[in-house]
Amino acid sequence: MEWETVIGLEIHAQLATRSKIFSGSSTAYGAEPNTQANLIDLGYPGVLPVLNAEAVRLAAKFGLAIGATVSRRSIFARKNYFYPDLPKGYQISQYELPIVEQGSLTIRLDDGTEKVIGITRAHLEEDAGKSLHENLGDATGIDLNRAGTPLLEIVSEPDMRSAREAATYMRAIHQLVRYLDICDGNMQEGSFRCDANVSVRPSGEAKLGTRAELKNLNSFRFIEKAIEYEIERQIDIIEGGGKVVQETRLYDSDRDETRSMRSKEEAHDYRYFPDPDLLPVELDDAFIKEVEAELPELPWIKAQRFAEEFGLRRDDIDILTASRATADYFEAVAATLGDDPKLAANWVVGELSGALNRDGLEIEASRVPPHALGELLQRIKDGTISGKIAKEVFEAMWNGEGTADEIIENKGLKQITDRDAIEQLVDVTLSTSAEQVQQYRDGNQKVLGFFVGQVMKASQGKANPKQVNEILRQKLSDEAE
Amino acid sequence: MALSRQDVEHIAHLARLEVSEDEIADYVAKLSSILDMVAQLGETDTTGVEPMAHPLDMAQRLRPDDVTESDQREFFQRNSADVAHGLYRVPRVIE
Repeated sequence: MEWETVIGLEIHAQLATRSKIFSGSSTAYGAEPNTQANLIDLGYPGVLPVLNAEAVRLAAKFGLAIGATVSRRSIFARKNYFYPDLPKGYQISQYELPIVEQGSLTIRLDDGTEKVIGITRAHLEEDAGKSLHENLGDATGIDLNRAGTPLLEIVSEPDMRSAREAATYMRAIHQLVRYLDICDGNMQEGSFRCDANVSVRPSGEAKLGTRAELKNLNSFRFIEKAIEYEIERQIDIIEGGGKVVQETRLYDSDRDETRSMRSKEEAHDYRYFPDPDLLPVELDDAFIKEVEAELPELPWIKAQRFAEEFGLRRDDIDILTASRATADYFEAVAATLGDDPKLAANWVVGELSGALNRDGLEIEASRVPPHALGELLQRIKDGTISGKIAKEVFEAMWNGEGTADEIIENKGLKQITDRDAIEQLVDVTLSTSAEQVQQYRDGNQKVLGFFVGQVMKASQGKANPKQVNEILRQKLSDEAE
Repeated sequence: MALSRQDVEHIAHLARLEVSEDEIADYVAKLSSILDMVAQLGETDTTGVEPMAHPLDMAQRLRPDDVTESDQREFFQRNSADVAHGLYRVPRVIE
């Protein structure tokens, strides 16, 4: 039987505020346990949560970017459950009237087609604390530094049909929240997390199958692998005559499998009700306009501009617009260079990305700043050096040996464009390669490449390749006569 | 609205309350009568009335995003029964 997979994602993005959503405690990562947890975060009786204005602004920013409705009135609710990392016995979240409703994001699939993924809602909530199990013997240790950290939970429609699509959507949201500067996107530190609702149904069936919720998908690779595994598991159950149970499953990346966490029916009876400690949040048009004015150029608009303005290939555009920092870097190189954006793109996508990857650096920390790369590329354009020598110069720049011009000068890398000098090199090569000259005369044009290689080698790569080619052809045809 | 025994048992479990067999019948009767009282609100015609989320007719005040709290871990943890390495120790929970 043919099966169709249905996937919806719930993404938790930690909002980039300095203080917590309902208290003045710091949200900085990596502090000593419980040193950033005050009375409100600890759930002491008699305290009153006060909402962080910045959290509201960042949530609204996201809503506007995905073309959603930013609610003029939204309310907070209590989601009740017991867990040691949740001292109050409830999480403050939004249930009815979330701050963001009904948006969408267009993703680009592997085959180049586009697909619109609906975003049902995005709501504000507080994070819980962290449970630690190591070095505590038979006990669990609770760190409440994370309790009360502002989260935006972004809930998609069940619009995705494969693990790959789900990962693509997750990447697109990740890219967007970083463009908007509303979340640092650091997945190792848990600033960007994802749960996936996965079900299967026979192709053509309208009714949804029973779903499992997968937790702990903290990388793009894991989300794909976890969903792949889960699809197989569910199909095996149904084809074996069994029934899929609605439950929460945890992905174990070491074993590459999902396993049951707890039965969902009872655990998910959260008895939401409006939090009497918090009044409705009201936003006016002036506020929305103000936030709208702060929106940066969004990734898909930037990509379109790069295509129109620079005529770049789609694959290159995807890499160059992956982050704002990369796009800014590229644009700065292109501006220094003047009129050859394709050369700038090739170098940012090629040599620069390679060097960054090799040294594990972000583009913000590049050892070669954009204007310096632009100056190097100018030397290719004006014929001072060849593209091949430029790579050598780039390596030297990367190692801090100076500017492009200094390195070219100090290492004597300037291209040989003097016709006599090149002719001399060509003559030497031809006189020592009688056999290949004969082959060429016998009609084997491919030997030309061999001659070019030999001449370039003799010049230590400095001869102008175009001139070498030209002179070689000329001499060989002279000789043939 | 009449609650069943199972309803009361379920609610008690969710709230982690231990309710003895004898008490259940009592809770069924009392909780049901509370719900009956609340149900009277349903008799009022609220057509055209916007639902309230809070008894106060006011909007939430927002605070600026400033860190105003300092570390008082030692003070707060004096209230705790069991602390180790700065962590609150609780009976082992693992999924």
